[in-house]
Parts: sequence; C-alpha cells; structure tokens
Amino acid sequence: MHARTDTSEQQTAAWPDEIYAVLQRFDVRQVPYVPDAGHSKLIERVLASDTMRGIPLTTEEEGVALVAGAWAGGQRCALLMQSSGVGNCINMFSLIPLFRLPFFTIVTMRGEWGEFNHWQVPMGSTTQAVFELSGIRVMRAHNAAEVREVVEAGAAQAYNACTPTAVLLSQRLIGAKVFVK
Amino acid sequence: MSKTNLLDRRAVVASLLKDRKGMVAVGGLGASTNDMAAAGDHDRNFYLWGGMGGAVMMGLGLALAQPDVPVVVITGDGEMLMGMGSLASVGMQKPGNLSIVVLDNERYGETGGQISHTSAAADLVGVAKACGIADSRAITTMAEVEALVPKLHDLKSGPRFANVKIDGANIERILPTRDGTYIVNRIRNSLGFAPL
Repeated sequence: MHARTDTSEQQTAAWPDEIYAVLQRFDVRQVPYVPDAGHSKLIERVLASDTMRGIPLTTEEEGVALVAGAWAGGQRCALLMQSSGVGNCINMFSLIPLFRLPFFTIVTMRGEWGEFNHWQVPMGSTTQAVFELSGIRVMRAHNAAEVREVVEAGAAQAYNACTPTAVLLSQRLIGAKVFVK
Repeated sequence: MSKTNLLDRRAVVASLLKDRKGMVAVGGLGASTNDMAAAGDHDRNFYLWGGMGGAVMMGLGLALAQPDVPVVVITGDGEMLMGMGSLASVGMQKPGNLSIVVLDNERYGETGGQISHTSAAADLVGVAKACGIADSRAITTMAEVEALVPKLHDLKSGPRFANVKIDGANIERILPTRDGTYIVNRIRNSLGFAPL
C-alpha cells in the first residue's frame, strides 16, 4: 500500500470528485477496493455515498470475483486498487472473458515516477502488460486535467461496450511519496 | 480412506436445494458444482469451473445486489481455504441473505485425494466466527442439515456459515454446462435483466 499524508496534493485536488461523479453517472453500485493513498479521497466519497457501497477487500482478486457476482445480480462495480495489486488478480481475471463481464478498474500507479521504494518497481513496471495479456484494455491519465475524460471514456467502453478496461492514474499525477532524503 | 458416519455430499446438497424457490446457488470449483447439477439443473445455479477461491466473493456480490433473494454458496474445503480472506470481507458487509456451506472432505478430491489443511489443522468454523460471521456452525448429521435449510431462506439473520463433514469417496461426476456467459446470463434473465 501507499501511505497517506494529509498534506498531499490529491487531498485538495478535484479529480477524485470527478471520478466519483463519473461512477455515479454510470450507476455503479458496488466499489470494491484495497486502499491506496492515491484513492483515499475517492474511497471516502464512496463510503459516504447513498447509492454506492464501498467494499474493503483483503486482497484484490476478491474484487474480480465480486464483480462477477454483482453482475449476475444486475449491478455494476468499479474496482479500485494500486499497481501492486494487479498481480494478485491474474488467475481471477479469467472470469472476465468467461462471463463476459463489464469489468472496470481504476489503478493508482507506483514505481514509475520519482519512486523511492524500489519494492514497488517490479509490479509497477509490468502492470500495463499484465492487463493487456489478460485481455483488458488499458487507458492512462497522465495529469490531473485529463482524469475526468479518460475515466469517462473508460467507463463508457467498459459498461456500454462490455469491453474490459483499466484506467491507470500515473504516479506523476498522484505525487510520489518520499520518506527518505 | 473414508471414515464412518460421514454424510453423503449428494444427499446434503439435495437437501439444501429442495423447495429452493428463488434461491441463487453458487457452486465452487470441483465436486460441489457437480453436486448442484446432480440435484437438478436450475436457472439460478451459478456453476463454477475455475476461479478457485472466488466462490464466496461471487456470492457476496450477488447477495448485495439482490438483498431480497436468498444466496447460498456451496463449496469445498480446498476452494474455501484458497479464499479464506473473503470470509473477513463478508464479515464486514454482513448481508443477511448470504449463506456459505462448505462440503468438507478434508482433501483435494479432484486431484487425487491429497489431504487438505482441514484434515489436521484448519478449523473453518472458527475462522468464519473470528471473521464476524456469528452464525457459524459445524455439521455432522443430516438432522443438522435439515435444521439449516429454513435458515437459508431467512433474508435477515445472515450471513451464516456451515462446515459439513462429508464422506471423501469419489462418486460419479454429473457435469453441468461449462459456458460461463450462458450461466451468468441465465441468472440475470431469471432476475429480470434483459440482454445487453
């Protein structure tokens, strides 16, 4: 996970609210997540929501299985996780083509921009390739100004076109954490 | 290898699904999904042929989406062990309409009968209880199975967990459909959702 600092830029940034508004517009009802500092403001919005249920997971693959159950029951999900969590999902991603799920995930990136913790680098370096090998289309928001439109396009593609989609939020946009000088 | 007085898995599952009304049943990878097929195909049978460790989470997503429909997950000890964390996720959400029944033969029956952790160490009822599923019970008799059945239809008193000790004998495979899209869309259709 990615430690939160309350002074970090995303606590005052508008893009988490913009993501929340997009999810609301697409009638997303279940939001499974493993926490990440980059997602903390969005998670707070979801947990305070009347229409969405935030569902904390013990590991990210639980979220993929949850998407399958929710879809069978008529509800849309958005899975929130960090790049390291993508590796935990690999076998469970099999369910997406097998059930033809409208899978949508938003991933905060680590290990790619000013990272101080090299333990984040191996998985951060392979996140996009893992998704693509698993048949999931990847879109990326590089900066705060493009978050809303990338998430909106990704959600439309996932939910309306039933095309499994991951939106990566660049570490550059979230801000690298530095615990050492 | 089989011990005496252990329950017959087919009889247990037939009992759980008798007079099921609108109940959705999720069958974990392996023999559990065959047991569901043996009890009779149904529009609301969610047969799994993979996704090991995911059965409880699929049940959770369904139960949260359809709070007025009873949902039962029927799975094996090996599948449950792989997704043990999902019991903690269920304990957080506490859907009243979700039941989890583990058919525990203490072995990996599909792969040659190798022992599982429940044979010597893991107490799944203890795990479920410790994860906040207050109604967690160990079942060793058909009378206890029969007593559980009406509870599965109670939408308010869940989540509940039952670990049923069953005979480990390999029995004839009754194979349901393997077409995942068909299985999911059939459930959606029965719940009133139109195709895309």
